[in-house]
Amino acid sequence: MPTLTINGRSLSVDAANDTPLLWAIREQLQMTGTKFGCGAGLCGACTVHVNGEAVRSCQTMVGDVAGKKITTIEGLSAKGDHPLQKAWIAEQVPQCGYCQSGQIMQAASLLAKNPNPTREEVVAHMDGNLCRCMTYSRIQKAIMRAASEMRTASTASSERRPT
Amino acid sequence: MNEHVKNIAPAAPDLSRRSFLVGTAAAGLVLGYAGVPGIDFASAAAPANFEPSVWYAISPDGLVTVTCGKADMGQHIASTMAQIVCEELGAKWSDMRVSLASNDPKFNDPVLGAQITGGSWSTMMNFDAMSRAGAAGRIALTEAAAAAMGLPPYFKDQLVVRDSVISHPKSKKQMTFAEIVRSGKATKTFTPDELKAIKLKTPDQYTMIGVSVPQLDIPSKTNGTAKYGIDVMLPGMAYGKVVTPPVRFGATVKSVDDSQAKKVPGFMKAVILDDKTGTTSGWVVAVANTYANARKAADALKIAYDGGPNAKLSSQSLLDEAKRLPGLEDSGQFFVKDGDPNAAFGTAAKVVEAEYTTSINIHAPLEPMNATAEFKGDILHIYSGNQFATRSGAIAAGAAGIDPKFVVMHQHWLGGGFGRRLDADMMIPAVQAAKAVGKPVKVIYSRENDMTMDFSRPLTYQKVKAGVDADGKLIALSHDVVSAWPTARWGIPDFLTPSVDKKGPLDSFTVNGADFFYTVPNHYVRAIKNELAHNATPSGQLRSVAPGWTFWAVESMIDEIAAATGKDSALFRISLLDGAGKNDGGAQRLRNTLLAAMGLSGYGTRPLPKGEGMGVACVSSQERASASWTACVAHVAVAPSGAVTVKKLTVATDVGTQVHPDNIRAQVEGAALWGLSLAMYEKATLKDGGIEQTNFDSYTPLRMSQTPEIAVAVIANGEKATGVGEPAVTVVAPAIGNAIFNASGARVRALPITAEAVKASMKA
Repeated sequence: MPTLTINGRSLSVDAANDTPLLWAIREQLQMTGTKFGCGAGLCGACTVHVNGEAVRSCQTMVGDVAGKKITTIEGLSAKGDHPLQKAWIAEQVPQCGYCQSGQIMQAASLLAKNPNPTREEVVAHMDGNLCRCMTYSRIQKAIMRAASEMRTASTASSERRPT
Repeated sequence: MNEHVKNIAPAAPDLSRRSFLVGTAAAGLVLGYAGVPGIDFASAAAPANFEPSVWYAISPDGLVTVTCGKADMGQHIASTMAQIVCEELGAKWSDMRVSLASNDPKFNDPVLGAQITGGSWSTMMNFDAMSRAGAAGRIALTEAAAAAMGLPPYFKDQLVVRDSVISHPKSKKQMTFAEIVRSGKATKTFTPDELKAIKLKTPDQYTMIGVSVPQLDIPSKTNGTAKYGIDVMLPGMAYGKVVTPPVRFGATVKSVDDSQAKKVPGFMKAVILDDKTGTTSGWVVAVANTYANARKAADALKIAYDGGPNAKLSSQSLLDEAKRLPGLEDSGQFFVKDGDPNAAFGTAAKVVEAEYTTSINIHAPLEPMNATAEFKGDILHIYSGNQFATRSGAIAAGAAGIDPKFVVMHQHWLGGGFGRRLDADMMIPAVQAAKAVGKPVKVIYSRENDMTMDFSRPLTYQKVKAGVDADGKLIALSHDVVSAWPTARWGIPDFLTPSVDKKGPLDSFTVNGADFFYTVPNHYVRAIKNELAHNATPSGQLRSVAPGWTFWAVESMIDEIAAATGKDSALFRISLLDGAGKNDGGAQRLRNTLLAAMGLSGYGTRPLPKGEGMGVACVSSQERASASWTACVAHVAVAPSGAVTVKKLTVATDVGTQVHPDNIRAQVEGAALWGLSLAMYEKATLKDGGIEQTNFDSYTPLRMSQTPEIAVAVIANGEKATGVGEPAVTVVAPAIGNAIFNASGARVRALPITAEAVKASMKA
C-alpha cells in the first residue's frame, strides 16, 4: 500500500500505483475539497501542490508521488486563512464554488514564487483553470488583493526585525 | 409524500433544547428534518401547537437557520432567502445560517407548488413568502418578549427589534432572541389569512434588503468544506461508472461481455439499466469497490449496441429538417398572432428577410453529473444536487419500482446547474446499481459521459421576415422558431402553453422572448417542433433557455431593419419601445435601460478607430410575465481576417428591487460572460447520432484570457424584484453581432460567430 505525505500527515492508501492521486485523496482519504472536473488535465478543478508545484491530481499517479510533499486545499492553511482564502471571501469570488479549490491552489503556487505578479502573469498562470460560472474578474482581483496583503505583511515583518 | 417518516417515534422532546419554529403548517414539522443527517431528531420535535413555518427555526442559542427550498447552484439563493427573512425578522446577519431542504412537499415553492429552480424565478416568487415568514417570527417574538418583560400587550408597539435583540427603550429592558426562545413563551400561531394580513416593511424601512451582506455559503467554498453531491460518503458504499452508447439517444444494448472487467480487482457487477422513461436507453453501469476500479471495469466492458433510429443523423441533417418544416402547410403553432403580417407585407415599402441559427450547446457544469442511492428499510435515500426535486424524486422512485412517497432527497450544493440539474437521468443508474449490488452506490459520470449525454440547448433555426412602410415604420414581423422542445420532453402538461390558434399546447420555452415589447401592429410567432432533433438530441433548459436564441434573431433583425432604412439602430429601438397597448410599462423600462447602457458605454459620442464598432441589443428575458430589462452595448474590433476581439461589454439591467447589489453584479457579469462564451466559443456537433465533443479540449467555454472588460449598471427603481441569473446571457450575442456589422459591414447570422463567417460576409 503506497504511503502519501499529505498536509503534513503520513497516510497509507489502499490503491494501486496507477490510481490517479485525485481518487486516492477524494475517495480513499475522503478529503473532498479537491474536485473532479474533467479527468484529463483540462479544467484545473483537481489542482493540488506536489513539492510546492501546482499539479493536476487527475493526471498524477499515486505511485509517482510517494515520499513527496502533497498539499490540498484542506492543508493550504491551518484555519482557512491563507491570504488567498481571505481575499476570496473579501472579493466574494465563488458562485457555485466547485472550481475554487483548484483556483486557489493554482494561485497559491504563483504567489509563492512571484509575490508581485502583473495582470498578464496572473492570466497566463490561471488560464488552465476553468470557471463555468465565469468568476474570472473576481479571481483576478482576489489574487491581486492577496498578493498586496502578502507583500505588506512581509514588509511589516521585516521592518519589525532588528537589523 | 414522506408520510412514512412519521413511523419513526421521536425520543421524548427535551423542552429546554427545543427550537422555536415559526409559520403556518403544523403538520409534518418533523418530517422535513428526519431525512437530513446531523439534525437531532428530538430537538426538531416541537409541541404540536407550536405552529412552525417550514422556512426557518431559531435555536435556543439564537441561531436562525433558514431552510432553502431552491437549488443553490452559485446564485447564492439560500443566502438571499436568509436575507429576506432576516430583514423582517430583525435578526443579526451573523446569526443567520442556511440549510438545504429535502424533497418534502412542505418545502415546495409557494408560487410554483413544486420544488423546481429555474427561470430566474426564485427571488421574485419567494420574496413575499419569506418576508411574511420573517415578519411572523418578529411578531411572535415581540409578543413573547412583552409578556416576559411584564409589559402589557399593548406595549408591544413600543418594542424595538434590531440585531436579534428586542428592547423597550422606556424601561431599558431587553431580551435577545435566544433568551426569548429559551423562555418558551413564543407560542403565537398564524393562519394563512393572518400571515397575509401582516403589514410588511416599506422599502424606506429596509436595513437588510439592498445591502451586500457576506454570502453565507462563500467561506465553505474557499476551504474545501462545502459539500456537493459528488462528496457524499456512506458506510459500505460502492461506486458506479456509467458506460454510455456512441449514439446520443435511441441505442439499445445487445450484449455485455464482462469477462475482462471481472479481472479488475473490486469489480462487482455490470448493470444494464432498465429505464421505463427511456431516458437512459443503452446505458450500463460498472460497479466496483472504488471509483478508480469502477472506471477500469467500465473500460474493460465489451458492449454491443443496436444504434437505433438516430445512428446516422448529424447536425446538418437536423438543420436540413429544420429548414424544411416552416414551408409545410399548417406547420407549427402560434405563440403570437397579432394582426396579419402576410397581408401587411403586400403593402410594405421594404421587406427584410433573414435566417438565424444557433448550434447545439452543452451545459458542462464543472461538477459532473452524479447521484448516490441508498436503500434503508423501506426508504430510498438519494444524495445529490438537483434543481427539480419534485420530479427527480419521482424518477428515482420509478427506477426503484417504489412509490415516490418512499424517496427522501438529500439536497447538496450544486457544482454548477445552469439548467442541467433540472434533469433526473443520474438518479436511474444510481438507484438501479444500488438495488443490483445491495449496497449504497455513488455513480459519477466521467466528463465524457457528461458531455455526450447532455440535455443540450437545441440546435435552432429561425426565419424572420419584416415589413417597413414608406415612413420607415415597422409594420409587420413574422417569426418562425424551429427547434427540439426541451420542456415537452418532461411530459408535464402544466409546463406547456396553449397555442393562440388553438392547435394544442406548445413549448413556450422555445419561443419566450419572441413576444417582445416593441410595438409591431402585425406580428406572428410560430413555434415549430423539429421532431427529428427532438428525438436525436433530447434537449434541456440551458441558462436563459429560449431567449438565448429568440433574441439572437429578433435583436439581429431589428438591427438589419435599421440598417436597411438608414437609421441608428439604438434610436430605432427606442422608437419601437413606445409603450403602446399591451407593451405599456415594460417598453418604457426597457427603453430606459437601453439609454442607461448607451450612456455608460459612450455610445455614439465619439468616432471609433477603423475596424472597431459598437452594437446594441435590449431584451425582456426571461418570460414576458417575468421579465427583467436588460441592454448591452458591445464594443468590438474586427480584423481583416474576420477575427473578432470583444473589447468591452456594457450591460445595464433594471431589476426593480435589489436584495443584494454585489450578487446582482456577480450574476449579471457571469451571465454576460456566458452570453459571450455561447456567442464566440461554444459549439457542439452531432455526427453519426453522437455528440462529437467529449471534453474541454473540443468543447471550449470562455477562459480567463478571453474575458473582456465588463461594465454593469444596475437600475433599482423600487419595482418588484426580478430575476438576474439569466437575462444577461441573452443580450450579448446580438450586441456582438450588431457591433461586428457596425465595425466591418459583415452580418453574421449563425452562432457561434466564427472568423470565417465574418470574413465571408465582409466579402459579400
